[in-house]
Amino acid sequence: MPEKYHIKTQPVPPRRPRIGKYGVVDWREDCARCHNCVKKACVYDRYRQEAEYIRNLSDVDALFFDCMGCFSCVQDCTKGLLCMSINPAYENLGNSYWTPYIIKTTWLQAETAKIPVSGAGYQGPFAGYGFDSMWTDMSEIVRPTRDGIHGREYISTSVDIGRKLPYLDFDGDKATANPPHLVSIPMPLIIDMSSPAHTLPQLDAIITQTAVNTGLIAIIDSRHWSGDDKQLEHIAFYLGPDSTDIPKEALRKTRLVEIADSSKVIDRIKELKKMHPKIVVAVRVELTAAGVERAIQLAEIEEVEVIHIVADANGNEIGSTSSLQAGTQKPQFIKDIIRHIHTAIIEKGNRDEITLMAGGGVALPEHLAKAIICGADLVTINLPLLIALECHLCESCKPGMPCPAKLEKIDFDYGVGRMTNLIAAWHDQLVEVMGAMGMREVRRLRGDVGRAMFFENLEEETFGKLFGSRKNN
Amino acid sequence: MPQEEVSRVIKSAPPRYRNEIAKYIVHRNLNCKRCGKCAQVCLYKVHVLKPGYKYFGEPNNHLCIGPSCEKSSHYCVAKCPQGALQLKENPACKALGDYRWPADLILATWKMAETGDVPPKEYDYNYKCGNSGGGFDRLRFKFPDKPPVQLDESQIDTSISLNKRDDGRPKIKIDVPWYGGGMSFGSVSNVTQLSKARAAVAWNTFTCTGEGGYMERMRPYDDHVITQVATGLFGVREETIQRVPIVEFKYAQGAKPGLGGHLLGDKNTPAVARMREAVLGISLFSPFPFHSVYSIEDHAKHIEWIKHVNRRALISTKVSTPTDVDMVAVGSYSAGTHIVHIDGGYGGTGAAPDIAKKNIAMPIEYAIGKVHNFLMDEGVRDKVTLIASGGIRSAHDVAKAIALGADGVVIGTAELVALGCVRCSRCESGRGCPRGIATTDPELSKKMTIEWGTQRLINLYNAWRKILIGILQRFGMRSIAELRGRTDLLMHLDYTNPPSPGLRRTSDVGTKR
Repeated sequence: MPEKYHIKTQPVPPRRPRIGKYGVVDWREDCARCHNCVKKACVYDRYRQEAEYIRNLSDVDALFFDCMGCFSCVQDCTKGLLCMSINPAYENLGNSYWTPYIIKTTWLQAETAKIPVSGAGYQGPFAGYGFDSMWTDMSEIVRPTRDGIHGREYISTSVDIGRKLPYLDFDGDKATANPPHLVSIPMPLIIDMSSPAHTLPQLDAIITQTAVNTGLIAIIDSRHWSGDDKQLEHIAFYLGPDSTDIPKEALRKTRLVEIADSSKVIDRIKELKKMHPKIVVAVRVELTAAGVERAIQLAEIEEVEVIHIVADANGNEIGSTSSLQAGTQKPQFIKDIIRHIHTAIIEKGNRDEITLMAGGGVALPEHLAKAIICGADLVTINLPLLIALECHLCESCKPGMPCPAKLEKIDFDYGVGRMTNLIAAWHDQLVEVMGAMGMREVRRLRGDVGRAMFFENLEEETFGKLFGSRKNN
Repeated sequence: MPQEEVSRVIKSAPPRYRNEIAKYIVHRNLNCKRCGKCAQVCLYKVHVLKPGYKYFGEPNNHLCIGPSCEKSSHYCVAKCPQGALQLKENPACKALGDYRWPADLILATWKMAETGDVPPKEYDYNYKCGNSGGGFDRLRFKFPDKPPVQLDESQIDTSISLNKRDDGRPKIKIDVPWYGGGMSFGSVSNVTQLSKARAAVAWNTFTCTGEGGYMERMRPYDDHVITQVATGLFGVREETIQRVPIVEFKYAQGAKPGLGGHLLGDKNTPAVARMREAVLGISLFSPFPFHSVYSIEDHAKHIEWIKHVNRRALISTKVSTPTDVDMVAVGSYSAGTHIVHIDGGYGGTGAAPDIAKKNIAMPIEYAIGKVHNFLMDEGVRDKVTLIASGGIRSAHDVAKAIALGADGVVIGTAELVALGCVRCSRCESGRGCPRGIATTDPELSKKMTIEWGTQRLINLYNAWRKILIGILQRFGMRSIAELRGRTDLLMHLDYTNPPSPGLRRTSDVGTKR
């Protein structure tokens, strides 16, 4: 049996007190001091844990709220002195896109490396914005598996990065063309550069080691490279317009490099290929208003192997925040942009030759699967890995401002462990949804919109026929 | 085994917790002189001043009707001579419930389970739908200004038939258009299972064992039990299949379609392990899919097997809602099933990966019409019973599902809410449900009794049936079967809903697709 892709993990407990969703407000002054106090009966033992925590309190701004929200104590207190509430610290996590739920579930996965499992049914809105407006399909009876009968352990998540041949040609038994060099990684995920706002000591080192542990590749801005050339196989240098040149010897140890889009992109690719013929070059295209068409245009250029499209952190077209705030224009979301670019390249007839990487707004493992279904070959992330370090996304990362998660104090092993755990949990969840879809190859999932159902289509097919037009159309 | 009868008597089943969560609370400040005026004027017995006691007891806030009392002559806040009372919204309600089950719907379900009646108008509960912003929550009935015919409650039939095939097997009818969903021994306590079974007896409907074996204590209720054959075959035996009138094949579950079943190790107690013939304490996973079924022909063989083992049993096929759920339904019909049970993506579960609950397979609202129409087009709609589940939370959801094309529904979470569930979603691990519902922990299971649980469910069923009858009365329909497929009686709040000659009007009662 061939060796399976497996990420070694171990639990990495949080450094900071957990921030739970619920808190119990207690009017202690009226307490009757019952001998059978409900606090002693807490199934989760939270009251005792909280008291112990407070006794050993060493950090003034740290709060303990890890109530499970079962209401048992609230409903059983002899004098009705307890009241359940939503923890304001929980509500303050993240923002409207990176919701408190996303932050919390990311923390949990970074701690345990496990797939979050819970009881009761789905509790959220019927459908939502962006990735929440689609569902993945599943297989059943008439076609239990798309790719034949196989166990979950046979599901492959590996992808190839680079330019592929449109077809193979043979002269007798011999191929007439040499296939171009490809980079294979075991999971359709690349760690992208962090935002300049999120500069932490050791961050690049932690990310690089995480890439090593997971067998993936991390994109590192060449300006921030430490000069350590030990793990270059897992690093893709980003060469921006004002980047520092990487020594030829170092570049030759890498497999992938990313360059900024420019009018001289062909020359730049040729130059890099000359230095290192086996290197695969990705072109980074910022998804501004012109970015979408530019990505489609790049796909037609023979020298271009990989296009990396990047939306803003919330998955929206870059620069759309102002129009969004003004309510003048609905920004395009990464899911729709991927579909548009993917379809356009298919129409031009060269989709299979190009690798499309997409980043921005990928916050949960289902987004990874959904982005691939929409047409990306692989996905790039950075913010989820920062959140794995217990970041609150409070967006107060400015010099001199205190970080509530004290990210500047993180330990190397802690950082690597948390990031590795998160990627392992995402991988397991990708396998879960692929198993449900009956898919054996993540490469075959790319652009297979038949493996998904879209809100607007289902609404039209179901309710549009019955109730006329949708009002917000 | 002699079958036990359970009376369909409606009687009060008060909350089992000391402080029922209330929508509004009355706060008494220190100005109170304990004159007792508030207790005298309040018609709802909110204020508790026991004879011989000097101080007020904890108020029955859950009985308070809130602001709708303000204009009445018995508004305690206005009548208090000291101005010592204040009416407030209960802040705890903000922490209760979620988009699908908002606090109002939970509180209303509790009220129905307590009284057996429709929540009185003055309580201002939204007991009709949730707040999810789509599907059932945006559908409304287009009631005519006045009913085409005036019908008495006794003239309205809410029963549905579960066997529409002429195959010599029993023509089973249930008195209400729903039955209880499969919940295995292991995922819920035996008190919960038995309460569900007894309520099913009282209402001449069914409950389902789920995949986890058939408790001997369920035997007095055999005639109202569906036993499940699922992919793990946990607890499946020939003698249990022979006991029951309906056997259900579970191919998938809405909350975790394509993923099989999960019972995490902590809930695999000695009793559960014995029942499932498994090793104590290990997590039990049912695979996906049935490894003996890779085609409709294989499915037909499965059905034949059960039909051979139990010659009086009806067969139900429970599937999830993929894109081609309509094909699956027709295929299942052709394989010989009596009931096609489609379970939508937002259904309940004792444990499921979060990624599956939200993202895999379509919500039931889309699937019902798709399946119903396809069965119609294939000309077999009246030969198979279509049952929908996965997000049926209220009697209005039942009616909407039927209007979209289902014959009836399966309910699960609503029953658990009636038993006191707050949807904290902690059913899956550790000792299980802290409220003693979805647990096999011996101590936690004692938090409720079978008698109380049975009564709560009997009451809930009664309230739901009353609501259904109210809907049918307004349409002038004599039977719930008349409502099936009547999408012309629905409107969607997010659509223009133009009056269309293609759409049937309310006066066209009796013509259905």
